[in-house]
Amino acid sequence: MTAALRFDPIRLPEKCEQLRKEVRAFLAEEIAAGTFDPHKPNREDTDAPEFSRRVGAKGWLGMTWPKKYGGQERSFLERYVVTEEMRVANAPTRRFFVADRQSGPVLIKYAPEHIKMEILPRICRGEICFAIGMSEPNSGSDLFAAKTRATKTDGGYLINGTKIWTSSAHIADYMIAIFRTSQPTKENRRHGLTQFLVKMKQPGIQVNPIGQITGQYEFNEVVFTDFFVPEDHVLGEVDGAWKQATSELAYERSGPERFLETYYVLTELVRAVGPNPDTRSAEGIGRLVAQLHTMRRMSVSVAGMLQAGKEPVVEASIVKDIGTVWEQQLPHRVRDLAAFVEETATNRETLERQLDFAIKTAPKLTIQGGTTEVLRGIIARGLGLR
Amino acid sequence: MAESDNIVVETAEKIFADLADPQTINNDKKNSWQAPLWQALSEAGLPLSWVPDDLGGSGASLADGFALLNAAGRFAVAVPLAETMLAGWLLAQAKITSPEGEMTVLPASPKDRITLAPDGSLSGRARGVPFAKAARHFAVLAHGKDGFSIALVDVSKGRIESGLNVGYDHSDTVTLDKVQPVTIKPAPKEFDQTTMMLMGGVARSLQIAGALEAMLDISVRYSNERVAFEKKISKFQAVQHNLARLAGESAAALAAATSAADAIANAKSFDDEVYLEAASAKIRCAEAAEKGGGIAHQVHGAIGFTNEHILHRYSLRALAWRDDFGSESHWAVELGKLVANRGADELWPLVASR
Repeated sequence: MTAALRFDPIRLPEKCEQLRKEVRAFLAEEIAAGTFDPHKPNREDTDAPEFSRRVGAKGWLGMTWPKKYGGQERSFLERYVVTEEMRVANAPTRRFFVADRQSGPVLIKYAPEHIKMEILPRICRGEICFAIGMSEPNSGSDLFAAKTRATKTDGGYLINGTKIWTSSAHIADYMIAIFRTSQPTKENRRHGLTQFLVKMKQPGIQVNPIGQITGQYEFNEVVFTDFFVPEDHVLGEVDGAWKQATSELAYERSGPERFLETYYVLTELVRAVGPNPDTRSAEGIGRLVAQLHTMRRMSVSVAGMLQAGKEPVVEASIVKDIGTVWEQQLPHRVRDLAAFVEETATNRETLERQLDFAIKTAPKLTIQGGTTEVLRGIIARGLGLR
Repeated sequence: MAESDNIVVETAEKIFADLADPQTINNDKKNSWQAPLWQALSEAGLPLSWVPDDLGGSGASLADGFALLNAAGRFAVAVPLAETMLAGWLLAQAKITSPEGEMTVLPASPKDRITLAPDGSLSGRARGVPFAKAARHFAVLAHGKDGFSIALVDVSKGRIESGLNVGYDHSDTVTLDKVQPVTIKPAPKEFDQTTMMLMGGVARSLQIAGALEAMLDISVRYSNERVAFEKKISKFQAVQHNLARLAGESAAALAAATSAADAIANAKSFDDEVYLEAASAKIRCAEAAEKGGGIAHQVHGAIGFTNEHILHRYSLRALAWRDDFGSESHWAVELGKLVANRGADELWPLVASR
């Protein structure tokens, strides 16, 4: 057979279930204390620094990292449980999510030791926020067309150019970005980009918020003007960022956040239809739950492969493709099914307010972090078509 | 695809490769492949995989039997292997010894019902019974006034109205009218028709997943051979993206089906969590059969619409298997009711329970 796709039925080990109880109890306390409202995904206060520190104090940030960097050396499956419980509760994870999922692992792999010792424990304590500087005004999906320059100077590099659609840049303490250190070669158009650690909130960096169609401001334009980055902030090989990008994708693309972004509308629909649904509602809910269950089983399977030290890039891309298309359609399917919900349903207003937000959120889900088209290209390559 | 790592699947794959090659079968207008295939499967003890040694079977694990069904799907095997396995499994629940030869199960739909009368006779009508026409015995689940019983019935005692499903396999209506079974025993406590339908549904899910794996494989291969507009059609982005979606559907079906199989193989009882797994598998695999099979046909163009090409052996069977042991619509309604009944705040705990 050409395509060796594997999705083995990985089960979460017993210790995960204990952890899940702890996370649920913690979140229930936070909700009771008024930190956040799980029914309001569209709140303004998505940045919750104190909450972030309390999550860190629980040992739930950098869970899989070495203890010497502040981590817990726990498994990906345990991290998976924490991530999905936070997501389903609509907890305000913005401040730590990117650092925990992506930036920390990049630093562990490519940063010099003294930088790891300085920064990683702070991520684990929930103190600092990361952004990812990939897209530019003329390079989005086509990552390797990036033009923002890093020019060699005494003791480091001078950065000039603009990153865009950078989530959380307005609150971020650091950014991991790719900048151009050389021109691409004829043989390899991906050559010439280098990954850097950038300390934000300094002169030479201007962050301009960009309003989104949801009414929120979570992404930004980031303009660099002769901004100095010291030599030891280079991450990995100069000109060789392209070699470093792919292995991270499996982490980035297969997590529960890739199908749970609009999950709350399904819960609210179940509440609205009540315990004795008509046939139409029952069938609609049944199908959505079956699809959700299947994606979660696929996603857990990929987490299991990551834990086993594999790099399931194609499987992860499949999870993100199917997952994001599903979470994008979910608010519309829920809207269809909600059309005949009794006027008297007690949560009708909540459901309507949530649908309003989820429907506005939906278009971004198949764009952020690798578009559907890019993902299908990766899957096609895995099938031997490219 | 799942490389066989157990002896049951290895044995089966070797037999399928030798005696159930889809192209050879497709060229054989006289169905002369059927008898040798069945004989080889029987000699290897595969149709009675799920029957313990002391009841006449080969005593394979549930897990190995499920893997065997997945392999059978990859070859679109059109003999009553799954049906005989399910029948043997059903009989074994009541410690009834399995006879030799082809069997199938009654009823094959959640809507049909066979009843047990006080005089010990069985009556009722079962529609869409796979391979009834080819079977020598029926394994029957019957409702009596004291609960469920499991019976072995000689096919000559029933009336069979023969029919074909969309995959051109036998899907017959069986009527039992005061039929005396060969053997009848009470079903174990908590064993009911839903249990049987979920088990049958998972078997079909694994077969559908196997068929989709094969459809992905032959579609990728075809796209790398077929030239149009002066290049291989695999080089067109529209075709690539269609195949990527087919891979996704195939992967989803495989994940849902193997997860449900694993859940049943390790279950102590058919609780809500196993119900979620098994019902979801049937729903999701049926959806994948439609979407994935549609793409496989689109990639193949007109040649895939011919009798000569093997694609229909997979695509039509995968569609037909949707109907057996409860369609996706049936299970979606039932799962939706279960979810609604548990309540909104119990949905996530159910989904995250496994």
